[in-house]
Amino acid sequence: MAEHNDVLVRMVNIWKSFGHVEVLRGVNFHVGYNEIVGLLGDNGAGKSTLIKILTGVHHPDRGEIYWKGEKLIGYSVARARDLGIETVFQERALSEQHTIWRNIFMGREITTSWGFIDVKKEREETERIMRQYMGFTSAALSVDSMVGTMSGGEKQGVAIARALHFQADLIILDEPTTGLSLSETQKVLGFVEEIKKNGKSAIFITHNIYHVYPVADRIVILDRGSIVGEFEKTAISLEKLVEKLYLVARTGRLENNSQEVSVPKDQEKSERDLQSFMP
Amino acid sequence: MARLRTAEHRSQISVLLVLFVIIALFMIGSPKTFLSSDIYAAFMSTIPFSMIMALSLTLIVISGEMDLSFPSIMGFCGYVFTHVFHATGSFPLALLSCILVGLGAGFLNGLLIVKLRLPSLVLTIGTQFFWYGVTQVLSGGLGKTLVPTKASTLYYLFVGRIGGRFPAQILWAILIGFIIWLVLNRHRFGAHIYFTGDNPASARVMGVNVDRVKMIVFTQMGGFAAFAGVLASLEVLYFWPTLGQGYLLKTIAAVFLGGTPVEGGVGTVFGTFIGAIIIGILEAGIIAMGMTGFWTQLVYGLIIVVSIAIHSALRRRT
Ligand SMILES: Nc1ncnc2c1ncn2[C@@H]1O[C@H](COP(=O)(O)OP(=O)(O)O)[C@@H](O)[C@H]1O
Ligand SMILES: [Mg+2]
Repeated sequence: MAEHNDVLVRMVNIWKSFGHVEVLRGVNFHVGYNEIVGLLGDNGAGKSTLIKILTGVHHPDRGEIYWKGEKLIGYSVARARDLGIETVFQERALSEQHTIWRNIFMGREITTSWGFIDVKKEREETERIMRQYMGFTSAALSVDSMVGTMSGGEKQGVAIARALHFQADLIILDEPTTGLSLSETQKVLGFVEEIKKNGKSAIFITHNIYHVYPVADRIVILDRGSIVGEFEKTAISLEKLVEKLYLVARTGRLENNSQEVSVPKDQEKSERDLQSFMP
Repeated sequence: MARLRTAEHRSQISVLLVLFVIIALFMIGSPKTFLSSDIYAAFMSTIPFSMIMALSLTLIVISGEMDLSFPSIMGFCGYVFTHVFHATGSFPLALLSCILVGLGAGFLNGLLIVKLRLPSLVLTIGTQFFWYGVTQVLSGGLGKTLVPTKASTLYYLFVGRIGGRFPAQILWAILIGFIIWLVLNRHRFGAHIYFTGDNPASARVMGVNVDRVKMIVFTQMGGFAAFAGVLASLEVLYFWPTLGQGYLLKTIAAVFLGGTPVEGGVGTVFGTFIGAIIIGILEAGIIAMGMTGFWTQLVYGLIIVVSIAIHSALRRRT
């Protein structure tokens, strides 16, 4: 379909329920070429579910996905990877007890004949990748550093650098800054800018507007399974956006109207969501 | 710098030190035995059987799984070897069928674990009883001589004495150790074993076929258990229907002594190699030092607990 060709990926009218719970209700979502999209929403809003559909983990009950204008049929995790979609989960991205160079080439080893690993080449490439995408020149980290000894932000950096090296077109960052200190968060934001500079796209999932605003081109707000707002960054200031988010949290709506319905937050549910959302 | 990596090295050095300390103690406690080369020749003839299985088991443990059935697979394969040998008179045919049966039994473990999502610890308790039972039923509990195998040159290739003294089986153990080391540290498949044990979720996401890795590590375990069964039977020129029993804890202990943690994800072939030597020399050493056999279990226990505590501490220090 030609009208979907102008964007990298477009999800059309996505519905998904788990049992009786409608988690996604007719979501339309897209990511453009070389665009960083911030996907904002409270815990339990359905962000991870949407992303799992995009990465082939879950199948939608209804709806379609178009990749570079082409409708995806028989979608799977393997297919998503082949297309060039890489997800950077905080806990699921790396093998912590192994070196950076082993991690960079995890599952995509450089081999000589008979499947033997070209260790020298992998280490050299890793050194280049760390310099090029992560700006790592410090003596504190070498290609032989164990991932488990690195800081949270650096780990995200390795996973992002890996995705960039393998030419992923779309990098999905699921809560990449959650639980990180201020300086570590800054590092991650730097890596996200690197994605933009390399001409690739990203979805940055978070519930912290202050983290995503500086790096996003567009911000999409998901609330209880529906997209309730979408803003080009150039069209809205951070202050205005924060205001709107408060409104959504309180009312479930973007526009303030006279009969304000307050939707009470179910504490127990939120906590359950929080757990489902941990990897 | 890469601190965890040196922890791995420290753990290998520590297990080597444990070995040296034990040998030194034995030399002091029983110089007559431990300063003569006879005892070492004896070690080289008995250690390879559990060493080969421990090296093979290391791959399973690194992948985050466990196998308790290899001693029974060893026994059943010993039966197959003996039976086919007596039926056909052909050593190569007996060897081939025995190894194939071992690979098949290992593959079955892997298949059930992967396809039915069964915990390997539990499943292999089951297959352990099963293969032991099959061996008992088919052999009627009776052993059989293997003296006629001496007519084949393969007998000498496997358990002959080089220069009339040096047991050939230790060379097989070293060769197998080298091959397993090569695969684990230099081959793509070895990297996938580590990733599978360390973080299966990330391995899967990155395209590592975790299920296939598990199937293969269990399959090779069956094959090496079969091979060890052949060596052990040839060494005594007799097939005992209880072949394999008694190897379980010693072999597992060798892996853990060598620094491979039960959680998987890391571990070394070298560590297991030394671990198997330590386990193999303890019993003889304790008896040579004039203590009764009753002491062996106690000393085993102490050394295993102390070594594992050292490994664990070295890992946590990072
Ligand atoms: N596999 C699942 N089975 C049942 N319910 C699920 C499953 N995954 C998510 N949910 C539910 O869907 C809702 C949205 O979850 P999720 O997509 O993880 O939200 P978010 O990532 O925005 O916090 C939550 O109520 C959660 O409990
Ligand atoms: Mg989530």
